[in-house]
Amino acid sequence: MDLSLSTRTVGDRTIVEVGGEIDVYTAPKLREQLVELVNDGSYHLVVDMEGVDFLDSTGLGVLVGGLKRVRAHEGSLRLVCNQERILKIFRITGLTKVFPIHPSVDEAVAATD
Amino acid sequence: MATVELLFSPLPEHVRTARLVAAAVARRSGVDEAVLDEVRLAVGEACTRAVGLHMAHGVEGPVRVSLIEDEKKFAIEVADEAPHRRFSVPGASVGTAPLSSSGGTGNGHAEAEGALVPGARGEIPEPTAEEDEGDGEMGLAVISGLVDDVEVSADENGGVIRMSWPTAPESLVP
Repeated sequence: MDLSLSTRTVGDRTIVEVGGEIDVYTAPKLREQLVELVNDGSYHLVVDMEGVDFLDSTGLGVLVGGLKRVRAHEGSLRLVCNQERILKIFRITGLTKVFPIHPSVDEAVAATD
Repeated sequence: MATVELLFSPLPEHVRTARLVAAAVARRSGVDEAVLDEVRLAVGEACTRAVGLHMAHGVEGPVRVSLIEDEKKFAIEVADEAPHRRFSVPGASVGTAPLSSSGGTGNGHAEAEGALVPGARGEIPEPTAEEDEGDGEMGLAVISGLVDDVEVSADENGGVIRMSWPTAPESLVP
């Protein structure tokens, strides 16, 4: 399965809906999407990972890169994820402390902390 | 010999194939369903790292994945042919050349691995020109967090990551 990406705007947040597998082959597409959004002035991103079947450290690296980019503009990058197998890799790497992870897009959009 | 052996060109698009094959053989060998996700992730990380090392060192030979069914365990060995100068503790780097990929912005690999190791600093450094490159150490950190039985060795001719998981008694395998 390949990676699918779509974006939409809710208020000042840009939702990036990701589906499929994020690995060493597909992660560059996600990176390009995040870079493009930041270059276009979208600094408050919500990455919806509910449709993600697989995520590895390459994908984590891209998300960290996205976080660095939005933070350079006082922005935010929030994740939406309920899947235990995906959450596990965030826990293993200590990234649960770095990313705000929300159970739904609505909660991520409403979050302000 | 290994139960199943897979050789693939060191390209990112083949890592998924290795994951699928490894998971299929692991399932057949009696590895618990609940652990198959870990097998898939661990073998993917090991192969990603091997591909990165091959690309960084210009090694065109294949990455070799050996899937070994034993009486009580299922083992995976992922072997690369890249010259390793020294081997890795978290934070150390293996090899010197940055990874690069063939398309787009040319940096489809791990970023900012320092922030990803448990216990590492929580703050994120500012972006720099070189920010987007990793060296596979983050993948190793994930593997060591996932797999209890893992062994990594390397010399100037290449490296091997060996991992194993217990299998259920045969009577329980459908």
